[in-house]
Amino acid sequence: MKEVDSKIVKNDPNFKELIEKRTKFAWKLTISILVIYFAFILTIAFKPSLLAIPINSSSVTTIGIPIGIFIIVFSFIITGIYVRRSNGEFDTLTTKIKQNLESRE
Amino acid sequence: MIKFILLFSLSIPSLLLAVDSLSGEVKQQPLNISAIVMFLIFVGATLGITYWAAKRTKTAKDFYTAGGAITGFQNGLAIAGDYMSAASFLGISGLVYLKGYDGLIYSIGFLVGWPIILFLIAEQLRNLGRYSFADVASYRLKQVPIRILAASGSIATVILYLIAQMVGSGKLIQLLFGLQYEIAVILVGVLMILYVTFGGMLATTWVQIIKAFLLLSGATFMALAVIEHFNFNFNTLFKAATEIKGIEIMSPGGLVSDPISAISLAIALMFGTAGLPHILMRFFTVNDAKEARKSVFYATGFIGYFYILTFIIGFGAIVLVYKNPIYIDGVKQALNGSYPILGGNNMAAIHLSHAVGGNLFLGFISAVAFATILAVVSGLTLAGASAISHDLYSSVFKDGNADSKTEMKISKIATIILGLIAIMMGIAFEKQNIAFVVGLAFAIAASANFPVLFLSMYWKKLTTKGAVIGGSIGLATAVLLVILGPIVWVQIFDNNEAIFPYKYPALFSVSMAFISIWFFSITDKSDNAKKEIKAYESQYLRSQTGIGIDGVLKH
Repeated sequence: MKEVDSKIVKNDPNFKELIEKRTKFAWKLTISILVIYFAFILTIAFKPSLLAIPINSSSVTTIGIPIGIFIIVFSFIITGIYVRRSNGEFDTLTTKIKQNLESRE
Repeated sequence: MIKFILLFSLSIPSLLLAVDSLSGEVKQQPLNISAIVMFLIFVGATLGITYWAAKRTKTAKDFYTAGGAITGFQNGLAIAGDYMSAASFLGISGLVYLKGYDGLIYSIGFLVGWPIILFLIAEQLRNLGRYSFADVASYRLKQVPIRILAASGSIATVILYLIAQMVGSGKLIQLLFGLQYEIAVILVGVLMILYVTFGGMLATTWVQIIKAFLLLSGATFMALAVIEHFNFNFNTLFKAATEIKGIEIMSPGGLVSDPISAISLAIALMFGTAGLPHILMRFFTVNDAKEARKSVFYATGFIGYFYILTFIIGFGAIVLVYKNPIYIDGVKQALNGSYPILGGNNMAAIHLSHAVGGNLFLGFISAVAFATILAVVSGLTLAGASAISHDLYSSVFKDGNADSKTEMKISKIATIILGLIAIMMGIAFEKQNIAFVVGLAFAIAASANFPVLFLSMYWKKLTTKGAVIGGSIGLATAVLLVILGPIVWVQIFDNNEAIFPYKYPALFSVSMAFISIWFFSITDKSDNAKKEIKAYESQYLRSQTGIGIDGVLKH
């Protein structure tokens, strides 16, 4: 990127808004998946019996199974949440930044 | 029962490795005609696609990225296809068949890297790179050393992965189709060379998409057949399985026992995925960041769905295959008295396909398994060839001045050479214990490729010196710890005790990489380092907005 372009983009309030919101959003989601996954893995390492509890007294299905399936489904859902907001709100901001840059040149 | 589990857990050298490679002796089976016919249809169709793609592959951009015209949905399927290798289909369902719940733990580890790739890497990668992830790492750093480092990491990962796939394919085809091992390996190698040299990324992507569709359909049918058998009641299925294998299959077994191994495995799976060159390369086949994001969304969905299917398939196999006399390996049974199935535990899904759909469906699943191998090795080879032609030839030897035609020619030559290496390695490693190779590939991807890529995007103070020294230390640590670890040191070199006690080096090698990159970057006070730090801002603006990539700004 040319230096003059960099300056325009950097000082664009839309850019500041984009970075602030998206960075926060991305890290929030990253931390949520890491916390859930490591909680799961550390439970397996330290206290696997927790996952061996049956979902009810007459069933052989353990709570570990819905929990595992939940992590898979959760991974899919948060990618959906991220893509939805990025392709909508964040891309609108990016388009504004680009238009602003083109009009200034 | 316990004795049985113990016996088989010994035969699983390591989780990751068992899951992603097929090892052990296999016996050649009689010719399977319906499988061969269906496979020939697949080969005919994919060669047709290659012919069509060849006419559309004119420039280096077409060759490496299918012209950037793949949609997010198609790319999502192709990424999922890269990830759903034959070994991961058979390996994970085999692991569920063997240990129940532990198979699910594995699948989850393989999946959770995807959201992280989306949040932190996918978009930036698309905005900064053209053909390979080395483009991104070398964006503001010195071309030559960074390209050499990134290309070494890529080629090492690709070759290790290829060995695992080729050996697995030879054994699988021998077992399923009744072809000789060498013929099977050569067939895979030759077809793959054809797809890649003529059809480039366009053919490779469509082969992968078709196969992903076939594999997902076949697996869906099997899973539905299994739950239909139990009147759509999962508890009945689980109950039937526990009556056969005991209640312990419903909860974590000893597969991931100590915290260090657990964390180390988690890191290898997560960061390794984000450092696999053939996966990273797929982000350049879509038009923009928007489609790159969509790709990950669809890929995560398909992969997650696939893992849920393999879980059901594994349990279905416990009920329908285990102890079923037609699938028992009589010779092995006479030796140890348990219920070993023909071809080993990784064949559980294959036998299940016969149990639920007869010979015809067995033929279909066998053909899909073969197609899967072809598609995955093609993607791998293309990634390796691009590292050689784009990163080494064009950027290192030609200083970035190679013309597109010559670069494409070099990548075709590289494809043929890689194909031949794959065939030779496949034959050379037939009788070797290859259980370590996929683990090593993931360790290198996580410890050399990922840290350099990630820090080049996010850390302003990264310098060439830091990246090269730190990345090399990461790579060396990963290789060394795998050699000194239980799999190579004890199982292959026959020593009594491993020098490095853990199977997964990632926790240590990834930390080593990050710490040394940090240290050698902050102590780098050269003028060059100052320039690189200053150039971060412009890179950052582009990585965040996409301004500056071809075709985005029209003047």
